[in-house]
Amino acid sequence: MPTLVIDDQKVTVDPGTTIIQAAKKLDITIPHYCYHPRLKSVDMCRMCLVEVKDIPKLQTACSTQVRDNMVVFTNNQKVLDARRSVLEFLLINHPLDCPICDKAGECMLQDFYFQFSRHTSKFKEKKQKKHKVVNLGPKIVLDSERCILCARCVRFLKEVVGTEELGIFDRGDHSEIGIYPGRPLENNYQGNLADVCPVGALTAKDFRFACRSWFLCQENSICPGCSTGCNVLVHSSERSYDKTLRRVYRLTPRDNDEVNQSWLCDVGRYGYHFVDDPDRLTAPSLKRGEEYVKVDWDTAFREVAQRLRGIFERYSPSSLGIIPSPQLTNEDLYMVKKFFNETLCITNIDFKLPGWNQGQGDGFLLKADRNPNTMGAELLGLSGIGPQAGEIIEKTRLGEIKALYLVGSDPARYLGEEKIASALSRAQLVVFQGSNYNYACKFAHAILPGATFVEKEGTFTNAQARVQKINQALRPLGESLPDWKIILGLALTMGYYFPYKAAEDIFKDIAREVTGFSGLDYKKVGDKGIKLALSGG
Amino acid sequence: MKIVGHKLSFLENIYLFEIVRGLVITTRHFFYNMFFHIAHLLGYQQDVEAAVTIQYPEQTIPVSKRWRGVHRINTRPDGSPRCVACMLCETVCPVQCIHIVAEEHPDPAIEKYPVSFEVDVTRCCWCGMCEEACPVDAIYMDSGKIPKAGYSRQDLVYDKETLTKEVPLPGYQRSLNPPGAGAPKVNPMGL
Ligand code: SF4
Ligand code: SF4
Ligand code: SF4
Ligand code: SF4
Repeated sequence: MPTLVIDDQKVTVDPGTTIIQAAKKLDITIPHYCYHPRLKSVDMCRMCLVEVKDIPKLQTACSTQVRDNMVVFTNNQKVLDARRSVLEFLLINHPLDCPICDKAGECMLQDFYFQFSRHTSKFKEKKQKKHKVVNLGPKIVLDSERCILCARCVRFLKEVVGTEELGIFDRGDHSEIGIYPGRPLENNYQGNLADVCPVGALTAKDFRFACRSWFLCQENSICPGCSTGCNVLVHSSERSYDKTLRRVYRLTPRDNDEVNQSWLCDVGRYGYHFVDDPDRLTAPSLKRGEEYVKVDWDTAFREVAQRLRGIFERYSPSSLGIIPSPQLTNEDLYMVKKFFNETLCITNIDFKLPGWNQGQGDGFLLKADRNPNTMGAELLGLSGIGPQAGEIIEKTRLGEIKALYLVGSDPARYLGEEKIASALSRAQLVVFQGSNYNYACKFAHAILPGATFVEKEGTFTNAQARVQKINQALRPLGESLPDWKIILGLALTMGYYFPYKAAEDIFKDIAREVTGFSGLDYKKVGDKGIKLALSGG
Repeated sequence: MKIVGHKLSFLENIYLFEIVRGLVITTRHFFYNMFFHIAHLLGYQQDVEAAVTIQYPEQTIPVSKRWRGVHRINTRPDGSPRCVACMLCETVCPVQCIHIVAEEHPDPAIEKYPVSFEVDVTRCCWCGMCEEACPVDAIYMDSGKIPKAGYSRQDLVYDKETLTKEVPLPGYQRSLNPPGAGAPKVNPMGL
């Protein structure tokens, strides 16, 4: 194992490691543009030049492999001068677009200019004009003038996605990134290009001009788009003066070697819009005649409790059906199970609506099962206790089930509106609890607004049985509440008390009672999640 | 900390004497001003000043050239705002009273423009930092105006149309270009 010295610090690394990786171990960041930890090094930008003792010329840290007894300087005058020259060179034709550039504030060119260069331009000639606002496809815009030709985008599409839609055309300072005629970007991973590009040359249309990056808060979360459970950062803003600016602006990938590396698919990346959709349910409402009236939580709980009790007394627990959704967190689902199944002895609980996991997977990140917590629902036992969800709907249609409680699920999406209409219109009581309006709400006697994944704390269990944590980035919209809190409130109104103050308390009980979760707590789950110890893989 | 107290004397303690003293001061000012104002009217004693009340808003006192009044947004030759919606003024504003919504401009050479630009003058602390932050000669506080009163708070949130209509007070202009002049397309590269 070679041992080398970087800036007077000793480090031992595996053979074959490059200087930039070895430096990272020591928390020394070597500035770079074209190098990306998940792409092959190509030595294109020359930004990572460092001095190696006894080698007359500066070496590129991204591709020079370490040797035993190597002595590297990453910050001496020679290196700083080279860095400054590289920056000066990169900025020759660069436009002064920072005020209107979406990357500003998180741009590596801006950052390194202020950190290392701060030169005034010596360039007297005319700047090279290139194409601006070039549409590369439905999701990405290119500004060739801002491009520093690091080829990260080209290599990403070649090495990671494999579609190779982008290329570098022309020569010298005329070089430009571009697509081939008639082949726009169409792959499901192009959203990553805006993250991969170190400057503002490739920007996302979804985020274009929506917000300056420095107004955004970031919170660790998990993508709710499919059962892979990619790790994401939720960028949101809740500026105090204007409530309408409370929204999620974008999701970006968060590194996790075990799950999504550094990438995110577009289905998940742009799937957050339901959070700020106008169809969000914001206040508990009760049906009075044909109208819905907004009420406070206490009134809603009392009414639902009273009607549930009425049905209990007249019929039996088997006249009640619950359909939870695998979009809910483990904590929410645990509450559903604990209250409806274990306390009220209802066995008609199932989340598997016909076709629930039949999306289109792509073999890389996107899975056919578009629910983030199917595994969790499975492990917590929300299926296989009684009839399948499809049968519950059918039984409602036949009048065997008198009351239906939907927790976040959207049965019309899978079974069609007609079927749902004929079933739900026969039920004596339909309660819809969820974040967004869907077809089933039309028949609901009570609507209880739930919080979305960015508005609550909790955990998802992905398809590899990895428990990962979501954190609260925004306050719940309007009067909506996390689903577990709604069930807690309903239970209390019906006379059952559960001692939970936070999602964490529920997780402690999950850890105590559910196989695979034993010994876990939020601290152990951490930012990167933890794989459950399940027998048989 | 040292507390400097003032101990009331006997005369001050009985109040009556102080009331009379106050009346004397007021009366003296009254007659002094009346005498000199009449004298001024008749053309005498012009070099002695008497107290004046300015009849605001009919009358205003001239302000300094550096004085910061109601904001205005400078315009291009076609009358559209020069602002490129960079939100630097919104960022720097210490009281967060500027709200901008940006959108894509159909002309790629302009690219970004504000669809809505609001300054809440009830919150503004008139620090002038927005003026300094602007990279494109767009926001200025040289209109020489004091905001008028309004019937509602919303009356005092000035929108893009109001702000672009404002012009600098003659002789007070601080922008490089007067409204409606300068380069037709302002991107941050060329004013
Ligand atoms: S890419 Fe970076 S340096 Fe270039 S205009 Fe955008 S923010 Fe500024
Ligand atoms: S568009 Fe961005 S990622 Fe692609 S070569 Fe240019 S700077 Fe690099
Ligand atoms: S003058 Fe100061 S407080 Fe007023 S809008 Fe400008 S930056 Fe904000
Ligand atoms: S700083 Fe100037 S260009 Fe930027 S948003 Fe404010 S007024 Fe517009």
